[in-house]
Amino acid sequence: MSEDHGHEHPKHELSYYAKRIYAIRDLLLEKGVITEKDIQCQIEYQEARSPANGAKLIARAWIDPVFKQRFIADPKAACAEMGIDATAINEFVVLENTEKIRHMVVCTLCSCYPRPILGRPPDWYKSFNYRQRAVADPRGVMCEFGLELPDDVEVRVHDSTADIRYIVLPLRPRGTEGWSEKDLAKLVTRDSMIGVMNALPAIPEEFQ
Amino acid sequence: MNEATGSFKPGDRVKVKFEDRPGHIRTPWYIRGKIGRIERVYGDFLNPEMLAFGRDGLPKKTLYLVAFNHSDVFGKSAGTSDKVLVDIYDHWLEPTA
Repeated sequence: MSEDHGHEHPKHELSYYAKRIYAIRDLLLEKGVITEKDIQCQIEYQEARSPANGAKLIARAWIDPVFKQRFIADPKAACAEMGIDATAINEFVVLENTEKIRHMVVCTLCSCYPRPILGRPPDWYKSFNYRQRAVADPRGVMCEFGLELPDDVEVRVHDSTADIRYIVLPLRPRGTEGWSEKDLAKLVTRDSMIGVMNALPAIPEEFQ
Repeated sequence: MNEATGSFKPGDRVKVKFEDRPGHIRTPWYIRGKIGRIERVYGDFLNPEMLAFGRDGLPKKTLYLVAFNHSDVFGKSAGTSDKVLVDIYDHWLEPTA
């Protein structure tokens, strides 16, 4: 590999995997398989997708029951309608929470995640700890996120091991009647769409 | 979703084959040998066991959403109706009474 290859490497000590990634990148560039511009475009594409996409969909589903039906029946079409590009996903399923049923999503085999809707998964989602405990002790994990559920609520953990990507449709917080779609979207957190916690409360906890 | 050619239908009781052979079997170990119920038929998809080795993935295999009682898989659970749901392909399942 040549010493002078026109881009900066981080100055701090790199982990084993980071070193490997940089070495592979340099080889791909040197052999002309990809260009610097390809990498930059891909980074911009990855960064452009964020939980804000999911929040828009959820907020719309909360205020428009007909849209909610479409979102559940054909999530990709509902995304297209909202200007969100979900064509990269093979199949996409919406899990609707109710007072009696709560869904939670994990990928125990790797880190499958609905990236076009939620962006990149958080580091904890990819950790061995979460992947193991989400299936073995989902209530314990939810508890650590601040969500304590009564025993008569059914917890449904989805292990996304194949071609389907899942997003949770959280319950609409109490006291949000008449709120605008934009304000509602602010209550929809990434973690509530993974299902480890509720959407944010309408009134901040310190004032309840 | 896609057309489904597999043999199971919603409500069927199925057992996850306990296979320990080389290859790309995407059934997590914790459900191998366990009994669950077909919750939903997702349709036919390219066979991941072949795709993993650079093949074409044909013929396609039917993908199911299979529900397991949490307590059947992990023992005692706080919520008695809690479930673990896993996406599993037809050829990794077998019928059971």
